[in-house]
Amino acid sequence: MNLLPGKNPPGNWAEFLEGLWQRNPVFVMVLGMCPTMAITTSAINAISMGLATTFVLAASCWMISLMRHVIPKEVRIATYIVIIATFVTVVDYGIQVISLSLYEALGAYIKLIVANCLVLGRAEAHAARNPPMASVINATGMGLGFTLGLFMIGGVRELIGMGSLFGISLFGPHYQPWVVMILPPGGFFVMGLWLMVFALVRARRDHGLAAQTQGG
Amino acid sequence: MMNQTLNQTPKIELRTSPHIKSGRTVEQIMRNVVWALLPITAFSVWQYGLSALLLIVTVTATCLATERFMNRVMLTGNTLSDWSATITGLLLALTLPPSYPLWMGVVSGFVGIALGKFLFGGMGFNVFNPALVGRAFVQAAFPVSISTWTPAFAPGRFSGLIPTTLTAPLMTPPDIAYWAKHALDGFTGATPLARWKFENVLATPQDFLTGAVTASAGETSAILILLCGGYLAARKFMDWRIPVAVLGSAALLALAFHVFSPVRYPEPSFVLLSGGLLLGAVFMATDMATSPVTPWGVWIFGGIIGVVTVVIRYFGGLTEGVMYAILFANSLVPMIDQYTQPRVFGSLSGQRKGKKA
Repeated sequence: MNLLPGKNPPGNWAEFLEGLWQRNPVFVMVLGMCPTMAITTSAINAISMGLATTFVLAASCWMISLMRHVIPKEVRIATYIVIIATFVTVVDYGIQVISLSLYEALGAYIKLIVANCLVLGRAEAHAARNPPMASVINATGMGLGFTLGLFMIGGVRELIGMGSLFGISLFGPHYQPWVVMILPPGGFFVMGLWLMVFALVRARRDHGLAAQTQGG
Repeated sequence: MMNQTLNQTPKIELRTSPHIKSGRTVEQIMRNVVWALLPITAFSVWQYGLSALLLIVTVTATCLATERFMNRVMLTGNTLSDWSATITGLLLALTLPPSYPLWMGVVSGFVGIALGKFLFGGMGFNVFNPALVGRAFVQAAFPVSISTWTPAFAPGRFSGLIPTTLTAPLMTPPDIAYWAKHALDGFTGATPLARWKFENVLATPQDFLTGAVTASAGETSAILILLCGGYLAARKFMDWRIPVAVLGSAALLALAFHVFSPVRYPEPSFVLLSGGLLLGAVFMATDMATSPVTPWGVWIFGGIIGVVTVVIRYFGGLTEGVMYAILFANSLVPMIDQYTQPRVFGSLSGQRKGKKA
């Protein structure tokens, strides 16, 4: 677990990796399920949604961390939401400028980043208790972990549902699309499959560890 | 010390219920269901030819292979010999159109057994009928193929295949409207239910009884289904109350609609004979793992299926609703069982469990 021994616990790298893998928001903490199910119909949608969330997460955690001694405890949630909403507005306009078609594909879910429990959760659990640098690193890791999770779902759904990846057709023009994978049930199927894969891997690893300790 | 003294006392066997056993095994029941399905399968092959045969063989083989594969993965013992996967395979194949591409049949068989049965814990633990889970999945995944119909008793059905059968895996099947028109004169490509719903044309009961209608592979032979179901019911391998409840409630509701407006709504006999209602009522609703066990629960369960089927057919966007009706009723089974518990012998009526100590 301790990846960089000698540094102050937890090190920057461990802080970053926490969100990216060990406590991945999608597959371990199972947070932010609303965009996870709704937006992951294609790889490109999933990645843009993930990156937008990452930006909001990192920026708002940075600002909340800076202001953590100033914010009165009684109104902290409201304050967090105002800060988060500010950055969501920035992202909302930003995506509109970059690509209008992407903006239309993501629809209301960009604005709904405000209500993403991952963002508020990180603000409350991490940014409010740590210095700005650490919380930005942690938030970036979490955001990229979220992006990775969305991509792993969106990639599979696009691959099976449309026979393409990033809009590039992989199986030729006669591929039979699996309509259900693009529909909401597909999101649950793929999410369930990934959770199953990770549970299997974890079970294997724990089994292996137990065998090792017993053997030693 | 304690154990020794206990062991020395005269033997009194202590066991939990059940105490009375019928001597019937799961394997025996399932084997009889397979036998009852065989005439229907044979009729379907005679009706639709080589394509239906290939589809039935492929889907059943997929189900068996998936069962074996999941046995390995989930470290359960070999459950192939209880025949349940064979039933799932046969039933699933019989609910698919005869022109169904084989690779999609493989997908539905795999999903039915893996998702519908083993992810819930295997035989007896599944909430939904595995065959219907497989069919629901492919209906949602490939909506066009599952509503592509071909004529029954087409000449040359034993010398050639329907063009869609051997579609390459993952590829879109070719359009067979042209082929079907040439295979049988005057073929419309719609099931009786679809023709009633969209064109207001009613099929006659004679058409249904002789199987001369467009339908899924195994749902046209009304007489055979009733005979085979009768055999199972007579030998008590099947709860006769479920099909009676399903068909009765569907017929009653259809009759009410027909009396209300004879022009708009067809006669009850049409509702009973068309689509998959008979096959579903006799072979799928009666699946022991996914139907209630209480005497009243069985009637309620069947009634829900019949009513939901008619409601979907009359007011839904789909032409056929038996599959969703059964899946819906399956999901209610635990609740039905809980609320229809019979009164325990010796307890006062009106006194609920746990209310009074």
